[in-house]
Amino acid sequence: MNKICGPALALLMLASGAAPAAGEAPQGEKIYATVCQACHMAGGVGATGAGSYPALANNPRLAAKQYPLMLVINGSRAMPGFARMLSAEQIADVVNYVRTHFGNGYTDTVTPAEVRALLPQAKTGE
Amino acid sequence: MTRRELLAMIGTVAGSAASYGAMTSLGLAAQSTYDGPIRLEGDPKGTSVLILGAGLAGMVAALELRNAGYKVKVLEYNDRAGGRNWSLRGGDVYTELGGATQKCEFDAGLYLNPGPWRIPYNHYGILDYCRRLGVTLEPFMQLNHNAYLHSTQAFGGKPQRYREIAADWAGQVAELLSKLTQQNRLDELVSEEDQEKLLASLQSWGALDRNYRYVPGRESSSRRGYKKQPGGGLSARPEFSTDIIGLSQILQSGLWRALSAASSLSHQNAIFQPVGGMGMIGEAFGRELDGLIEYKAKVVRIRQDSRRVTVTCVDAQTGQNPRSASADYCLCTIPLSILSQIEVNVNPKMQAAINAVPYWPSVKIGLQFKRRFWEQDEHIHGGITYTDLPIRNISYPSTDYYKPGKGVLLGAYIGGPDSYEFTAMTPEERIRKAVEYGAMIHPQYKTEFENGISVCWHRVPWTLGCAGGWTEESRAQHYDNLCQIDNRFLVAGEHASYIPAWQEGAVTSALDAVTRLHKKVHNS
Repeated sequence: MNKICGPALALLMLASGAAPAAGEAPQGEKIYATVCQACHMAGGVGATGAGSYPALANNPRLAAKQYPLMLVINGSRAMPGFARMLSAEQIADVVNYVRTHFGNGYTDTVTPAEVRALLPQAKTGE
Repeated sequence: MTRRELLAMIGTVAGSAASYGAMTSLGLAAQSTYDGPIRLEGDPKGTSVLILGAGLAGMVAALELRNAGYKVKVLEYNDRAGGRNWSLRGGDVYTELGGATQKCEFDAGLYLNPGPWRIPYNHYGILDYCRRLGVTLEPFMQLNHNAYLHSTQAFGGKPQRYREIAADWAGQVAELLSKLTQQNRLDELVSEEDQEKLLASLQSWGALDRNYRYVPGRESSSRRGYKKQPGGGLSARPEFSTDIIGLSQILQSGLWRALSAASSLSHQNAIFQPVGGMGMIGEAFGRELDGLIEYKAKVVRIRQDSRRVTVTCVDAQTGQNPRSASADYCLCTIPLSILSQIEVNVNPKMQAAINAVPYWPSVKIGLQFKRRFWEQDEHIHGGITYTDLPIRNISYPSTDYYKPGKGVLLGAYIGGPDSYEFTAMTPEERIRKAVEYGAMIHPQYKTEFENGISVCWHRVPWTLGCAGGWTEESRAQHYDNLCQIDNRFLVAGEHASYIPAWQEGAVTSALDAVTRLHKKVHNS
């Protein structure tokens, strides 16, 4: 039962508690620091070894919001998609965060509804 | 909201089983297809093969092709052989992506296996190479009944012995089924003659008494343990355990989730590890192939035409000194996470397959302690404690039991959402968190901890992840296209196997690839 109720409950909690309490960092920043930063590094500077993680800092490819949005949802090559790990609100928040930080100044925002429209159908059936 | 709460929330959104998911999916491996050493018979006609990557797949291929008379050369990014077959020992230095450098401070003889750490008995291929290369094996203690199951949400956060949860769960399930049988409620499902045998088997399996009850007494104590163990002499009279944990409490605790951890084919007894660390296998291969491997070479371009394959590489550290090597064929074992970023002219279907596989996260942390308190204080010799804390596992060394002196634990083995959080931390933070969480299970951590080292696979410069994350859908669409020979180019590795993340996948993939390559060479 937990398995079935868990995601729905969590999403409800998110919907009602999306706004950060006073003094707390916004959710997008937290998602970045606990998920994206694993590969794209603090400050979004990326890294290179035998292969590379692209820098998100000062990245003109973030100008069109659909581009990072699709990457976060579906992944690309080695990058996993996060549609099953993050909620629509969280995806919207983190995309908005990256597009307005690390030297990026794109102020048009992504809404959770836009994210939901792009999510794979399997998400609702989990 | 703390970061911890945030991650817990993410875990919940992904489904309650998701945090376990990435780890347990590594256990869906089928039995090996290995059927004894391959024979590549017939003249290879002076054919040369350039092999990319000196991990197990690349070195199996190199060894077999060399033995069959091929001209073989291997290019490797690292300055050592083995790839993910790897052990970190005292004095080793590891620099992850982002530049953080850790020096392993373990005492002599102690190690962490950042990647694979166990070899099931049915992985015949890798076991046979251990035999052929003289790598000594010892038992890996997968299941230890005296290790713990732990949940922060149950039993007041107090760890429970696996033995007690396993015995009490099975005993009460057996009692339930016995009751249903005796009340004739299984009549439609089980024949009368089978019911009699079913009762006997439930009694045996669940440690039920003669009335088919799981109650304090000789039978249940022989499984879950005694209040006072039987011994010798006057003071030896045993006392039976009276504190059976109720079925509801076990079910609600969630601790039953880990009861099947040693049940899958790839975790059953017998299961092995090389003496001295998993890296002993890669090191033995490296010695066997001495002179054939060029180290510190980063592949940047692979170009084939109707006659040759030419590979361009640069110095791994500096990115300078471009040079090329060419051969009749190229067998590439570079992880798809890297290969998908390298310019290579293959057919569009193979390129699509190369691009189709995301790489899983995984984190391992080794912790050195001043003494082996888990043995001395808690009688835990090898095996694994499972917890719902972000560290997920504590694994005790399956070697050197009762040895005085220091010991190294696997202090965390993490998959799923928590592994991203740990990967995003600095190495110092990771160790601090692993010690903080581990101390909730073993308070001795606070006084006995000395040093630690962490490997987060998404930060490993030469893999960008722990293993290829196939789904049923992506496999159906791309797997066969990935494994075909494209003109003069083919791939091998765990990513080209149905046993992802296991060394056996790399070995059997390489053997399959060189067999097909040899057939092609021989028929051409």
